[in-house]
Amino acid sequence: MHEIGLMETALRAAEEAALEAGARRIQRLHLRVGRLSGIEPDALRLAFDALRPGTLAENAQLDLELVPIVCRCQSCNLGFSPEDFTFLCPRCGTPSADTLQGRELELAAVEVSEA
Amino acid sequence: MKPSCETSSVSKVLHLGKDLLASNRQHAAANRARFDQAGVLVVNLLSSPGSGKTALLERTLGDLSSRWPMAVITGDLQTDNDARRLAGRGAPVVSIATGTLCHLEASMIARACQELDLSRLRLLFIENVGNLVCPAGYDLGETLRVVLMSVTEGEDKPLKYPLAFKSADAVVVSKTDLAQAAGFRREEALANLTVIVPQAQIFELSVQSGQGMDDFYRWLESALVSRCGAAVRH
Repeated sequence: MHEIGLMETALRAAEEAALEAGARRIQRLHLRVGRLSGIEPDALRLAFDALRPGTLAENAQLDLELVPIVCRCQSCNLGFSPEDFTFLCPRCGTPSADTLQGRELELAAVEVSEA
Repeated sequence: MKPSCETSSVSKVLHLGKDLLASNRQHAAANRARFDQAGVLVVNLLSSPGSGKTALLERTLGDLSSRWPMAVITGDLQTDNDARRLAGRGAPVVSIATGTLCHLEASMIARACQELDLSRLRLLFIENVGNLVCPAGYDLGETLRVVLMSVTEGEDKPLKYPLAFKSADAVVVSKTDLAQAAGFRREEALANLTVIVPQAQIFELSVQSGQGMDDFYRWLESALVSRCGAAVRH
């Protein structure tokens, strides 16, 4: 529900980085969104479309990379990517509370150009 | 070669790796440092609207505020109704109206704390905005996170909103006095909680009848004791 605010942060950071690099246009934004971040990719795209007019990213492409969840089983130490949110270890069946990956929410990179 | 290829030949990729929640994380870390220094146990309460966060606090303040100095920060989109419900129970209450924002952020807690004398408090409750989705992603600098589900909401609530439940240190199953009327299947609910949030303490309680409240209070007390020990060690 707060995807607009997050996209504002991403666009602001992208514009700052582009200007600092002497660029005038942003061609592409690459965001990494963890499956455990609670963020909806569709809502993020909608926010991007609503916010990009008038920015350096007006004609930019938005690449959303969905980062899968990775857990570690506290019982048998197996690292695994769960199929749903129950996080049951596929080897020993123990429910896992330990996630190594999947909460990411980051502007990984921007592709910029001078004109 | 097409013109777009020429454009791409002069473009460059800037690797940023910028955490979009960095600002909240920084505020949360600053809050945590202040709470640590003051030795205050901070409990963040999350649930959907109507699960009984305010009712749990009404009862807890009434029962415990003479024992430990405590305060509450409440967040809602509109109105200070919850703050008014909690007033007059021996604990200062600060209300945050978030406007249209679906969750509390760490910077709002920092501002609200300016109205409180943290050094005089032992326990600070934060009643988050009623929403089981967004608040889960925002660290407020709390010591413990408690997620509530009432018996009227269905046994599969943890399966439907796993992110919020997964972040919990404790889960309160509230309104147990209504369990029979609601046809609440207790074993199924507990099994769902075990699988989604295996690390959490589970408290089944009713603020109406008082059933289960003592277990919850004992848990708070033991957290206060270990908090106090930590403060002494600092």
